[in-house]
Amino acid sequence: MKRETFGWSFFVTVCLVIFMSVPVWGRTIKIGVIGPMNFVQGKGHWNGAVMAAEEINARGGVQVGNEKMKIELVKADSNEFLNVTDATNAMERLMTQDKVDFVVGGFRTEAVLAMQDIAMDYKKIFIGCGAASKILCDKVGENYNRYKYWFRGTPFNEYYLVATSFAHLGVAGAAIKNELNVPVKCAIVAEKATWAEGMVKAAEGTIPKMGFELSGIWRPSPVATDVTAELSAIQKSGANLIFTIFSSSVGITFARQAGELKIPAVQVGINVEAQKDGFWEATKGMGNYVFTMNTYIRGVEYNEMTKPFVEDYYKRFGEVPTYTADTHTAILQGLVPSIEAVGSLDSDKIVAHMENREYLVPSGKVKYLKDAQGRPTHELAWGPGYLTSLGGQWQDGKFVGVWPNKWKASPTAPEVTYKGMVPLKLPPWMKK
Amino acid sequence: MNIIITGLITGSMLALLAISFSLIFGVARIVNIAHTAFYMVAAYCIFSLTGKFGLNPVAGMMIAVVVVTVFGLLAYKFVIDPIREHEAAVLIATIALAMIFQEAVMLIYTGDYRTVSALIEGYFIVTGVKVFYQQVLTFGVVLAVLGILWVLLMKTKLGLAIRSTAEDREVANLMGMNDSRLAMITMGISVALAGFTGAVIAPLTVLSPYMWMEPLIMMMAVVVLGGLGSIKGSFVAAYILGFTEALVVFMIPKGAFLKGSVALTIMILVLLLRPEGLFGISFEEER
Repeated sequence: MKRETFGWSFFVTVCLVIFMSVPVWGRTIKIGVIGPMNFVQGKGHWNGAVMAAEEINARGGVQVGNEKMKIELVKADSNEFLNVTDATNAMERLMTQDKVDFVVGGFRTEAVLAMQDIAMDYKKIFIGCGAASKILCDKVGENYNRYKYWFRGTPFNEYYLVATSFAHLGVAGAAIKNELNVPVKCAIVAEKATWAEGMVKAAEGTIPKMGFELSGIWRPSPVATDVTAELSAIQKSGANLIFTIFSSSVGITFARQAGELKIPAVQVGINVEAQKDGFWEATKGMGNYVFTMNTYIRGVEYNEMTKPFVEDYYKRFGEVPTYTADTHTAILQGLVPSIEAVGSLDSDKIVAHMENREYLVPSGKVKYLKDAQGRPTHELAWGPGYLTSLGGQWQDGKFVGVWPNKWKASPTAPEVTYKGMVPLKLPPWMKK
Repeated sequence: MNIIITGLITGSMLALLAISFSLIFGVARIVNIAHTAFYMVAAYCIFSLTGKFGLNPVAGMMIAVVVVTVFGLLAYKFVIDPIREHEAAVLIATIALAMIFQEAVMLIYTGDYRTVSALIEGYFIVTGVKVFYQQVLTFGVVLAVLGILWVLLMKTKLGLAIRSTAEDREVANLMGMNDSRLAMITMGISVALAGFTGAVIAPLTVLSPYMWMEPLIMMMAVVVLGGLGSIKGSFVAAYILGFTEALVVFMIPKGAFLKGSVALTIMILVLLLRPEGLFGISFEEER
């Protein structure tokens, strides 16, 4: 009898162990989220992915053929601001140790280029959500078989970033002409970083063609802590429009000191620090009237998907999503519908499906481009009807949308205005 | 005018850092790479005390200096003192210490940039140039501290003991001076000065966990240019490099980012002509 009881107990224990070691949902879809996790950019990557995974899992998971699979996220800190090797190690770990099925994230071009190659070695789909360099997508066109697993998730490439910035400069230039009745003198202030080189060159050529006088070019260090010298020189040059190209801490220094010194010019361009909710506090309110490109602004809607995403994100994380939070879009609107459509986790099948889709996302509409020879590049389409991004301005402590507001990409193009736009304001000290 | 103001502020900040670094090197032969990390910790302390706890900025600065001094003394007692006789080991240990501070700050405050409010907002105009009140205040305070330091070193018994130990440790020991205690006191003064630099510069800069690296390189350049261990040399060299940086920013707008490189090039050129640094010989004569 005792023997029989022992036998049953043993059997039940073995069953329990087997039951507990097998997940209720069977296999999961592992998505690696890679980024500089101690920085805003990495936090955006992670938060966006978490929201997407929770939404998908709450509705039962992803339908892969006959199987329902849940999403499992794997966090990888690339530490790419400091060390590209850390980024490649993190990506290698995702591939070999965590054995992820897909990867989203990445930020610095230098790091993403290295990580891209590792993901391609393992034939894993990698959706970039941070780096703007065109070269990442050019590789797809040049060597499709190797690089087809790379897709740009956000932002659109550097050339489109420049085009958008010039549209913003045009709006500010028109305001200066109309309100102050003076010619526009534009200064270029760009941090000394590789990503800004092409933009400076393009701006040098384009600004005079826009009818503005180019008053000078200044190149402070990305981590400069004092730009009063540059600001004095800019004021002396008579500039009333400053084209800023900043992604680092100098964006705070420049805005703060320009505001404190009441430099009579409006700052327009890219200032990554000004895209963050903490900018007002970081500049102690001196960043008023700074105008920067951004992807999401509370109260501005590209389409019906924008508001629910921005508000849910705000409710969940207490801040407006940065563009790196588009890992949400990459997973929810990009990857998952293609997995479900092909009914498989096979990268080749998913790539073939994804590259031919056109779909709405909270920041517009995604369409993947082909190059001049008709080869897929997995580059994002830019322009009216697709992705445009926004122009936002700090107005008395609130970051508001000011562009596109009756914007026409060309004389024949349709006029674009998103819901929630307000007019651009020039700093009052420019009017004295 | 801008060149003068910018040069004076940068030079003064470098002077405070370099003199305090020279002080502990001269007395105890400790190459404290974590020196500017203490400067960073002080800046973050002020950020927390004024921003999160709503403390008065001056009180915040004083508390920050005390906190950093305590950290410095603890670091000396438990990390540096046990290996003090091995200079290379001290060097590596202080690098590790700086990295620990950096990572701790990263963990607590993340990598986001932070700022601290100025003690006095606004600016005034001199000969058409806008100068922040905070810059003038910083310069004045730094000069006052340098003056107090000079009095301490030249007019007090403690200063005499510090200078004697810096000149010849063995003889100072034979004369009854407690070398180890003196080293600890000097470490306290040195770190307090680094903390003080962080405190006064915090409203003029942007805080990040890596803010200690750039001044470290410039501080080392000042110390080498002035003559290793020479306080007078550090003072003069700090202003040379400070004005060089300011000149580059003003004269070459497109090359403002080169200010550090130009300053370091000048240091190399001087060293080619005088390998012992500007005041190296004088310092040796003092010895």
